[in-house]
Amino acid sequence: MTDRLQPGTAVRVRAAFPPGHVRTPFFLRGKNGRIESLAGDFPNPEELAYGRPGLPRRALYRVVFRQSDLWPGYPGKTADTLVADIFEHWLDPVP
Amino acid sequence: MRRIHDMGGLPAGSIDSAGHDYAPWEKRVDAIMRLLTRPDRQTMTVDELRRGIEDLGPGAYDRLNYYQRWIASIANILIERGVIGVDELGRRMADVEARWRADGRTRRDIEP
Amino acid sequence: MSHPHDDIEDSGYDDYQLMAEAIGEILIDKGLFRAAELRRTVEAIDAITPALGARVVARAWIDAGFRERMLADVNAAARELGIDAGPIPIRALANTPGVHNMIVCTLCSCYPRLLIGLPPDWYKSRAYRSRAVADPRAVLAEFGTVLPDDVAIRVHDSTADLRYLVLPMRPPRTDGMDEAALAALVTRDSMVGVAVIDR
Repeated sequence: MTDRLQPGTAVRVRAAFPPGHVRTPFFLRGKNGRIESLAGDFPNPEELAYGRPGLPRRALYRVVFRQSDLWPGYPGKTADTLVADIFEHWLDPVP
Repeated sequence: MRRIHDMGGLPAGSIDSAGHDYAPWEKRVDAIMRLLTRPDRQTMTVDELRRGIEDLGPGAYDRLNYYQRWIASIANILIERGVIGVDELGRRMADVEARWRADGRTRRDIEP
Repeated sequence: MSHPHDDIEDSGYDDYQLMAEAIGEILIDKGLFRAAELRRTVEAIDAITPALGARVVARAWIDAGFRERMLADVNAAARELGIDAGPIPIRALANTPGVHNMIVCTLCSCYPRLLIGLPPDWYKSRAYRSRAVADPRAVLAEFGTVLPDDVAIRVHDSTADLRYLVLPMRPPRTDGMDEAALAALVTRDSMVGVAVIDR
């Protein structure tokens, strides 16, 4: 089990694009955000989707992104944010 | 690659806020799914349902409506897992159709 | 793109309805569940409406301790009111004067169905799922919701095993209203975050 990422930690969503059942949205791949909180430990949906148990459980993080970081020319306010639930194996810490 | 269901951020038209009352067959599909995924007697997972829907592919994904996608996925997953057989499903569908036609119902074509 | 929906009065059928009927019958014959269980589950689907979630919101408005417990665990808080919101954890997102929360599932249609009922068609539509994350203000405007300039929008994409429920702000000029009257103010759209509750 990897070390827990603390709230506030800067992370980048991995820019990988496999086929198959993935719950990390395309629009977040390669984007920078921060850990908002640990949601808990859950079996891996990428394995559950194929009838496998998805164990051991993995850490699921609530990750917050600035909308202005996600969309070039974002038309809303600079304080607007987006939160998504991302599994630990899709997140790399940003130095 | 961006898969057909993974649509966050894509351009799209205006939102149609009109709803529809769920038909009995749609609630039946939802109920079947709840019973198949109940924790104490789990036959399949919601993750498999989702994967099955995603794997229907772009044509079916946009042509079929929500519960059509659900039952198509459930059928494929149950067949894949050996819970039901292709032949028995085909025979039962034919039985059901014969009953419905005897009741005066007619087939509605949905595919071009 | 809109999809054809089956008019409840329409007796036409297609392969998908045949599958729904046949699969249900086969699973009953094989003992995976009983016909009575299937009937009861359909009845349970009909019985769950946004009014259940509204009761939880109204209680949180009048009882600060309950509000804290709801923010920690919606399912446990709902159980205090005799509501079984199921095993999947539901997380409450409290609107504040500075932050408005909005929920979407871009990948499919995850929604707190066991607390507020089946999602509306628009929530599952390509248009909402595509645009809510990228331009939430334009989407809110289509619902007739315009927020003041100093309110930030936080969009939550339900990508995993959590479901979300917006805890709307209690509207002004509701002092002295009883819990049932407060619950009657809480709309489904306010709990999804495409509307605020005016008074």
